[in-house]
Parts: sequence; structure tokens; C-alpha cells
Amino acid sequence: MAAEAKDRSGWLRWLLVAIPFAWLLIFFLIPFFNVLKLSFSTRARALPPYKPVFDFADGIAGFIAKLQQLTLANHLSLFTDPRYVEAYLSSLKIAAISTILILIVAYPIAYGMARAPREWRSMLVMMVILPFWTSFLIRVYAWIGILGNEGLLNGFLLWLGVIDQPITILTTDWAVYIGIVYSYLPFMILPLYATLEKMDETLLEAAADLGCPPIQAFWKITFPISLPGVVAGCFLVFIPITGEFVIPELLGGSGTKMIGKTLWYEFFNNRNWPLASAVAVVLLLILVVPIVLFQNAQKASEAK
Amino acid sequence: MVGPAIGPVRRAFAPWNDPSAKPFIEFRNVTKRFGDFVAVKDLSLKIYEREFFALLGPSGCGKTTLMRMLGGFDEPTEGSILLEGKDLVGIPPYRRPTNMMFQSYALFPHMTVADNIAFGLKQAGMPKADIQSRVDEMLALVKLEKFARRKPHQLSGGQRQRVALARSLAKKPKVLLLDEPLGALDKKLREETQFELMDLQMNLGMTFLIVTHDQEEAMTVADRIAVMNNGVIVQVATPAEIYEQPNSRYVADFIGDINLIEGKVASAGEGGTRLACAATGATVETNQTLTAAIGDEAWFAIRPEKMRISRDAPADPAVNALAGEVWDIGYLGDVSIYHVRLPTGATVKATITNATRLVERPISWEDKVWLTWSRDAGVVLTR
Repeated sequence: MAAEAKDRSGWLRWLLVAIPFAWLLIFFLIPFFNVLKLSFSTRARALPPYKPVFDFADGIAGFIAKLQQLTLANHLSLFTDPRYVEAYLSSLKIAAISTILILIVAYPIAYGMARAPREWRSMLVMMVILPFWTSFLIRVYAWIGILGNEGLLNGFLLWLGVIDQPITILTTDWAVYIGIVYSYLPFMILPLYATLEKMDETLLEAAADLGCPPIQAFWKITFPISLPGVVAGCFLVFIPITGEFVIPELLGGSGTKMIGKTLWYEFFNNRNWPLASAVAVVLLLILVVPIVLFQNAQKASEAK
Repeated sequence: MVGPAIGPVRRAFAPWNDPSAKPFIEFRNVTKRFGDFVAVKDLSLKIYEREFFALLGPSGCGKTTLMRMLGGFDEPTEGSILLEGKDLVGIPPYRRPTNMMFQSYALFPHMTVADNIAFGLKQAGMPKADIQSRVDEMLALVKLEKFARRKPHQLSGGQRQRVALARSLAKKPKVLLLDEPLGALDKKLREETQFELMDLQMNLGMTFLIVTHDQEEAMTVADRIAVMNNGVIVQVATPAEIYEQPNSRYVADFIGDINLIEGKVASAGEGGTRLACAATGATVETNQTLTAAIGDEAWFAIRPEKMRISRDAPADPAVNALAGEVWDIGYLGDVSIYHVRLPTGATVKATITNATRLVERPISWEDKVWLTWSRDAGVVLTR
């Protein structure tokens, strides 16, 4: 009986482990390999708009023949055509600047939340999460109403008398940055809040006791201790911003180059599925490789 | 230096009895309120240089607040706090010549042991080479040389306690504040560390102020103890005085075990005190000079170990004697505690040292016994 129970628990454990792996396989790995395969294909005026199209009826010889039709041309063209290189670099630049801006805005908010009276804290966290209850798309649209020439912001500035003519914010990079900072702020605030809230405030008293005034104590104690939250928050915003499409499309102008827009254009307007897939695969590599290297470095420094 | 010299030197150290001695730290009419709550009430206290001073009391008695006001973490609502005659009120903690060892240790988790100890020295702008030698000296003092490069989370509780101590001593503060420093250690380690702290304080010649709720700890380490309750000091005295001559029932009861017998003053003055204890039927006589009026309410306080227990009636059963019946015996190995029930129903405790092994215990459960004591064994308290 004992052996039977053990068998059953072994089987159950296997099932529990298998479920998340099956999920990853079905909803992540299979689509990813599909995109990867597409990126090696060639454009075709047909349905679907690429070749070769693999079929179980091909047989082994047919399969090998079709494999030989796969090409690296799409990937190579990304590096030879300056438009793509520029879009990648511009995306990384916008993501990097936005990440820094978000960190600067989010840190004081998270700090204030973590030092607020305990009974307020859950309400403050709630207020940070509250915007998620409205569709992301609608919130970005709302910014058009705020940033436009006849928008709320220009109206307010004109009323204040700071400006005498509406300034163009919408369709500039400024609008893109404002939209990105607004949209991604909670993803930075929450991990920062989590690390700052855990911090023992006696540490600051100890620092003061040892001759450290409050501002220095922030840089020597609070900030280093909150670094794991800073790193987590930066990853959480940098990665999706790099591939962002909706915000530059709605708030930016034709001058705003981002790889998400390029991808959309190649896929839907040019119907060049293979090239669009190559754009996506290269973007993934650009993001994944440095992250893996960083995490290895961090593990090594922790083990030391 | 260390060794036999300490005992006599320590015994001779009593600046609080010298009226010309200048206090090192002085609290003058200090009051601290948190909203409606009065944590410290119009408190005055003098602490002398090189003294090991303990603030003792139950939680919420204001002892930690008093210490935090000296460290600068709380400011008094009223009154002044002087160090070497200079008022500290308004000076932030990072400019005070005091250092504190925190109850939670408050070690910086992202720094190594060496960096933790060096933190205050770096803040003070000490040259690098001096910092290095001072850190090494501190590590040697707390015997943690091998752990200099470890992070706090890689240390045991006892090791962390020693890092915290080394860090608070590194700047050679004028006063070291110790907030329940040994609370997180197990009993054996705590006792060892108490003696280490005493040696350290003697050898460094520094003034230590310790906050504790553990009366044994205060008795062991301190030159003088202030027993606090509800924001006021009830008694300030040496451990022996606190134990043998408590000034109130509160102090008598807080420190160690004690029997309190209620009565009325029958005679008082130079020749001694006489107390009639109607409830127990006993008459107590002591050599104490008590200032009280005849008929005043008073309590006779006597420690269990100062009672003699016997089956035989004393020569004069009317004075300094109580008759009763053994109700319970607690055998603790080194001593046995007898709970003797008086005819009135009250219980009195008497402790007997088990000086020999395997005695046929002459006194057992339900035996009729007499408790007697000498005229110097206890004190009469009027509050």
C-alpha cells in the first residue's frame, strides 16, 4: 500500500511539473519555432505569402528539398539595409532613455509609498495598479486629447500665459516619451516599492549614529539595498519598450523610428512575413543575449 | 593590568558618592511625550565617566526612549540632556559623540564585516591606512579576524552581535549605548558575553549605558542600575543596594524573588523598627532606622534565601517568626524552594541551599514548620 501511494505521488508530481512545461511548449516554443522557420523562408505572391510551405505529404525527400530552400537572406538584409539598423538603434535609444526617466520618476513615488503610514500603503499600491483597469489602448488615446494642439496641456499653458501659441507636442518624440513613461511607470514602482518596503529603517538610524547625514545615507544605504528592485524594474520596462508599437504609432510622428513600427509595416503593409519574422527573431536575440550574460554575472557575484 | 587589579579598582569606583564629582551625562527634568502618551516624566539622572550604567524596567517603562534621546533619535519635549556640561538637545545623531549598538544589530546587509566596522571611520574622514589598522584592531577585539570579508547574512547570531559591538566601538565614542544588546542570544552565550562586555568596558575605560529588561543582566554588568516604571526612575543604586535595600515594593518585587508581608508601624526611630503584621499574626523587628509615624501602613520585604526553616519552635516565637505548613517544594538542584502556607492562607517562600548530596530531607510536605529570620535579614518599606 505504501509503495502504491508513493507511486501515485510520483506520478502526481510528474504531472505538476509537466503542466507548466506543456504550457510553455504549446504557447511559447511552438509559435516561436514557427516564427523562426518563417524568418528563413522567402516571400511569395501566394497564400500563405511565403515559401516553402511544409506539408506532411512531401515525404522525406520532399522535406529535404524544401529545407534547402530556407535562406539567411532576410536576416542579412536587416544588417545591410541602414533603415533597419537605424530602427533597432533608435528603439534601443528610446528604451534606454525612457527606462532612466521612469526610474527617476518612479523612485521617489515608491520611496514615499514605502515610508507612508502602514495603513495607507495598500491603498497607495491600489492607486498605482488602478490604471490597469482601463484598456491600455484607451489610456494612450486619452493622451492624444491631452497633448494635441487644442489639447488640455496647451490649453492650460495658454491660460497660464506661459506660451502665446500652442506648442506641438503630439507627433514628436516628446509625446512618445511622455506616453511610455506614463504607461510603464507601475512596472517600475512595484518592484522598487517591494524592496524599499522590506528595508529595515533602523539601518538609517545606525548610519546616522555613525556620522552619516540623511542624504548621504540614502546613497550609501538605501539605494544599494534597493538595487535588486532597480534591476528588476529596469528589465521589466526596458524589454517591452524596445518592441513598443502602440505608443509611437499613436503619439509619435513619421519621424519616430521604432522597430515595433517597422515590424508592423513589413507584416501588414508589405505583407513580407519572412522579413517581419526575421525582424522579430533578431530583436529577441538583441534582448535575450545581454540579459542572460547579466544574470550569469550576477549569480557569480552572489556566489563569491 | 587585567586580572587581580580589576576587583579592587572596581570596588573603589563610586563617583556618585563624591559630591565634588562632575557628572558626565546629565538628564535634567526631561519629559518626552508621544501624542497623549508620556514616555518619560520629568526625569533627572546623573551618570559619571567610566561608569557602566543600566536602565532596567519592563517594556514600555521609557528606558529605550531615554537612551534614544541621548543618541539623538528622539528629542525631549521638555528638559535638557548634557554631555560633559554641553546641551545635546537639537544636535542630530550624526553629530553626537555617542554610538549605539542596536537591538536588531542593524548591520548593513550589502557591506562586508570590515566595511560595516569601517563605515563610521570613513564618515569621520579618517585616513585609509588608519581605518585599516583600526578595523583590524576591532576585529581582533571581538575575535572575528577570519570573518572580515563575510557579509552579515553569512554569520551566526553571536557573530553578528560582535560585529555590531565592534562597529559601535570603532569610533571610540564618549558613550556607548547598548539597546538590549544580548536579547537575541541564547542563555549560555548571553552569560559569557555579559562578562566579556564588563571586561571590555573596564579595559577601554569608556562610559557604557545599557538598556535591558533582564534583571540578572543588569545586576551582572552594571556599576549602578536605574529601575524605571511608567516613565520615572523608582530607584538608582548599585546592584547590591537594589537587591538588599530596595526603596519600594516595586523595586523589591521587580528584582529577584521576595516575600512581602503587610503590617502597621508599631514603633520607629533610632533603635530600630517594629512592625505589627495583623494578617499573619507576626511581629517584625529590624535594626533599620525608619522615618514613619506609628500606625502607618508598611510592608516587610524579605528574600526567600534569608529565611531559616525549622521544625523546632524558636526561643521567642512572638518576634521575627512565622508558623506554617509546607505546601510545596521546588527542587532546583542547587537550591530547594519551600512554599510555606500560613494559617491565614498566605504563602511565604524560603530557599534552602542543598549543601550536601543525598540528605534525608528532614522537612517534607505537610510538615509543620517555623520560619525565622534575623533583625538584619529584611527591610521595612513604606511605599
